[in-house]
Amino acid sequence: MTSQTIHWYRYASPGNLYQLAGQLIPWFAVPASALFVVGLYLGLFVAPTDFQQGDAYRVLFVHVPAAWMGMVLYVVLAFYAAVGWVFNARGSSMMASSLAITGAMFTFLALVTGALWGRPTWGTWWIWDARTTSTLILLFLYLGFISLQSAIDDPRRADRAGAVLALVGVVNVPIIYFSVQWWNTLHQGATIRIAGETSMAGSMLVPLLIMIAACWLYSVAVVLARLRCLIRERESLMTRSVVIE
Amino acid sequence: MKPMSSAATLRWLVWREGTLAWRRRSDVLGTLFFFVMVVSLFPLSVGPERPLLRSIAPGVVWVAALLASMLSLNRLFAEDHADGTLEQMLLTPHPIYVIVLGKAIAQWLVSAVPLILMAPLLGVQFGLSVDAPFVLMASLTLGTPVVLLIGSIGAALTLGLRGAGTLTSLLVMPLYIPTLIFGAGSAQAVLVGSSPAANLRLLTAMLILTAIFAPWAAAAALRISLE
Repeated sequence: MTSQTIHWYRYASPGNLYQLAGQLIPWFAVPASALFVVGLYLGLFVAPTDFQQGDAYRVLFVHVPAAWMGMVLYVVLAFYAAVGWVFNARGSSMMASSLAITGAMFTFLALVTGALWGRPTWGTWWIWDARTTSTLILLFLYLGFISLQSAIDDPRRADRAGAVLALVGVVNVPIIYFSVQWWNTLHQGATIRIAGETSMAGSMLVPLLIMIAACWLYSVAVVLARLRCLIRERESLMTRSVVIE
Repeated sequence: MKPMSSAATLRWLVWREGTLAWRRRSDVLGTLFFFVMVVSLFPLSVGPERPLLRSIAPGVVWVAALLASMLSLNRLFAEDHADGTLEQMLLTPHPIYVIVLGKAIAQWLVSAVPLILMAPLLGVQFGLSVDAPFVLMASLTLGTPVVLLIGSIGAALTLGLRGAGTLTSLLVMPLYIPTLIFGAGSAQAVLVGSSPAANLRLLTAMLILTAIFAPWAAAAALRISLE
């Protein structure tokens, strides 16, 4: 072992994790705010108006990253919950709990922005299309996780019960997605769609990529901040002797 | 004393739960009446037009069956937990997997089978033609065990919590969606004149998967809840 090796086990201790999170937050929060400003400016003012959809398409600069984060964060949540359960690592379980609210927020945002975009483009707020429906179900899964954890008073039980639920959920997500697609083709023909995968102009793609990066950084920063709150709350409940900072 | 084999434990559990249910027949009948009443509310709420009723019948029956299963989920572990029997069961050398499976099988026999037998009758009430009621019955036969097995995970996770009933439904409803889609879809397929085989096969696949994995997850959940 060289001195370069990072001792990850060190951060299994909530006290150390608390400090690490505190040090990391600015490194994610500052670039996130900068990228949000640049991305929104480029997306809302610089990118040209779409010739088919008009200015309504600009909601995609929020919609696409939000939908993406909503899905990714659920998998990340299940991963941390599983690690926390298997290795009995409190820090990991607290990460999972911190991720849930951000994930649910992004999923909800994706649904709302989708509705706002659908109204002028498709002429309806809501369509029971496969992707919309599975995003809605994903939101239900997040809400189930959050309500289960908040119903349990004992944090150890809450962590483990949440882990079982998250793992069952993550196994089911592909099955749900497949079944919803199956259902969709059975019930209604092709929904109104923009034909084919049109290649995106660079002036639209760049702000989108910037916004995606901003959402990733924002998620990390917010989750770490919530993690710090959780550590404070729980560790002071469990042992008053743990000295933080 | 020689310990019982897993198969014997399973038989014993099913017998025990069956006896308990027989002595409290009103619970079982309550689930059945609930199912029939929910289904009967639909013609009253959407109107008595035959074509409309026929097209919504499979979905209505399936959703009512899901809701009725929620009632039996609350009985799955809660009563044995309240009087301490469940803890004693977990202390026996038998795998928790077997205990969960036994309870789920018993609950299925007691509360789902009457429902399955009643379903074709309700289908006829909704104007379903010759084949569709039987496909509906087949889909419920394959689907209700899946519902109970997945539900047992939720019931185990919420054991002893405040508002456990509502919470269980919140947790497991999203997980029921594939079963609901394939189940109602199979009878729907008959209505539009295509074969229900694909739906029923997918339902069978789900039954096999959940029979293997769900008791295991529910066992883990029980261990967490009773720690």
